[in-house]
Amino acid sequence: MDNLLAIDNGKAIPRSDIPELDFSVFRETVVQIVKGAGSPVQFFAYEDEQKKLRLLTVLREDRQLYVTGCLPGDEYPALTRECEKFHLFEREIAEQFGVRPTGHPWLKMVRYHANQRQKQDIFGNDYRQPIPGNYPYFKVEGDAVHEVAVGPVHAGIIEPGHFRFQCVGEKVLHLEIQLGYQHRGVETLLEQKKLHPGRRPLIAESIAGDTAIGHSLCHAQAIEALAGLEVEESSQRIRSAALEIERIANHIGDLGALCGDVAFTPPLNWLGRIRGEFLNLLLTLAGNRFGKGLIRPGGIALPVTTEQRTLIREKISAERAGITHVCDLLFSAHTVLARFEHTGTVSCGDADRLGLVGVAGRASGLDYDVRTSFPSEACHLLGPCSNQRTAGDVYSRASVRREEISHSLAAVYRLLAEERDAVPVAAQTHPLAAESFVVTLNEAWRGEVSHCLLTDDTGAILRYKVKDPSFHNWSGLALALRNQGISDFPLCNKSFNLSYCGFDL
Amino acid sequence: MLKVIRNRREQGYRTSKYPREPVQLYARYRGLPTVHQDCDRELARTCAGACPQQAIDADNMMIDLGRCTFCGQCEIQSRGKLVTFSNNFELGACNRDELVTSGSLPALADHSKKHFKSLFGRSLQLRQISAGGCNACEADTNVLGTPFFDLQRFGIDFVASPRHADGILVTGPVSHNMQQAVLATWEAIPSPRVVIASGCCAISGGPFYGSSDIIGDLNSLIPVDLYIPGCPPHPMTTLHALLSFFK
Repeated sequence: MDNLLAIDNGKAIPRSDIPELDFSVFRETVVQIVKGAGSPVQFFAYEDEQKKLRLLTVLREDRQLYVTGCLPGDEYPALTRECEKFHLFEREIAEQFGVRPTGHPWLKMVRYHANQRQKQDIFGNDYRQPIPGNYPYFKVEGDAVHEVAVGPVHAGIIEPGHFRFQCVGEKVLHLEIQLGYQHRGVETLLEQKKLHPGRRPLIAESIAGDTAIGHSLCHAQAIEALAGLEVEESSQRIRSAALEIERIANHIGDLGALCGDVAFTPPLNWLGRIRGEFLNLLLTLAGNRFGKGLIRPGGIALPVTTEQRTLIREKISAERAGITHVCDLLFSAHTVLARFEHTGTVSCGDADRLGLVGVAGRASGLDYDVRTSFPSEACHLLGPCSNQRTAGDVYSRASVRREEISHSLAAVYRLLAEERDAVPVAAQTHPLAAESFVVTLNEAWRGEVSHCLLTDDTGAILRYKVKDPSFHNWSGLALALRNQGISDFPLCNKSFNLSYCGFDL
Repeated sequence: MLKVIRNRREQGYRTSKYPREPVQLYARYRGLPTVHQDCDRELARTCAGACPQQAIDADNMMIDLGRCTFCGQCEIQSRGKLVTFSNNFELGACNRDELVTSGSLPALADHSKKHFKSLFGRSLQLRQISAGGCNACEADTNVLGTPFFDLQRFGIDFVASPRHADGILVTGPVSHNMQQAVLATWEAIPSPRVVIASGCCAISGGPFYGSSDIIGDLNSLIPVDLYIPGCPPHPMTTLHALLSFFK
């Protein structure tokens, strides 16, 4: 397989090692892998030092990562025509660099912004306008069809996004999701040459605040790989524990919110309170309820001693029984089950074709977890987590969360059992290896988070690509709504609970 | 039903008695900082230079809480000689320049506009707008509805329609793609209306300052009445600010 280079999660390689294929060979190779058992982890464009535009993809197949690249020109035949998994990646490339994937079945903007090469906008939008969208939403026609438009500002404390439903009566024929309102230029900011070196960890923590640990871990691992830093095992344990605490807090909150959406309010309130306890455990580690300020390249920024470990272990012991009992109540209440079962189903085949990851993928039977496939930090100490119900409905997505909560509770307890203090590292500027490439992956609570960095001939960051699992999964939500009652939208939406800001960047 | 009752007994009553009784947060929480005026100037300049948010003014020995993300690096790097963060979550100000401080803030209750207290003291309905941030501010505003904080017991609530609202609470650095929606929501609220900037993004752009895709200062778009600093503000910070400003 000379067309692909096998790489490891979080190991830097020289950029010159990345294969540079003819576009047709690139397309054939990549499509073959992804049509088989593979999936794209990253697929993006960048300009090299000579301002030549290049495409680069990181693929995963079984437990192996591969990288390969090519020069596409100003347009190329879309890979999406062969496999759907590329559809959003190709739209993103078109938007960011003004490259047209010809024959793309649904080429529309992703985040509403001008491209970086001052090329003519692929979508014909004028971004000086306050509402630049120059795009006719997908429309179903007929006397009985009506359209429901929701957002960007929603009826609650949630992020902005636009949802367009085509309905017959109560039934949703089609849901189109258009995001981009949270776009704040994360990638271009991270790539700024004159950026204060201390800012990158802060920006990484704010890609998606509810995944601050997941994203800052990916960032730190990438910098560590490029700067040749070793992380102490005791710090790795804390970083893994923090990732699991983040998972527990969010999953518990989601189960509570699902109760809210089916009007079963007692668990909504209890789980809401318990979620707070776990956010406070991140505060005991980081000084911040979302874990911001904890993870920095080289290790952790604050010491973790017996004081913190004991506090966390005692809190887990104190809450565990309550969590089990509330979950037992929730998953045995007929009124809840009647709403959860067979609602918002995404079949295993559809999930696979779209390339769903994380909780949503596993709930549809796609057995992929970065912690077992591409383990980093102290993942090897976690033990496996198996899922009993994988029918792809709301019930499955809820029960995967329940299983992961109990798995992670045990894991954190175990990770913090060892009586060794984790010593903080001092913040400093790390010189990065020149002309290098690294990709990092972590299983954050929603699924596969990945950062990919390329450095130029001076060791400055040439391209910083961020991918939140929501990038894969929003299409899953749109599909889950097909032929559902529109009143089940909040329930389906919460069962995915995807990130707007992580997607919008 | 029996399971519900059993769980209710196990979960108990959890609502805090704040503000009648103080709330103690975990020791590591970084609240109101103090800039030590006796710190060596050389060290102060080094640490100010290392601040990712450029929030420290070493010449005047002040810190800008509107820019600070409370990441704590200045305290770590100066070993507490330049800045120490206290456990005090009672942050909040009516004027932007009050957030530039050496360690004290004017009492919010005395500075708030009196007509807001008489208008909204008994009932305050807010519309939240999320405008380009990271969703941490939104998440920690949302928890005000959970039993421990229970914001509604004070007559304060978040509502769905701006037509039902007395004001807006904006989070995020106001991305260009949200500018129109922020203005439209604000205009839909009947006067007199309150504008609250929550979190360092809405106040100064936060970690995203300098990006060409954001406005980065809500006050430049619409006049802000209340600033709540933090990244995100602790729910107790927001609770304190709302109670002091309106009650």
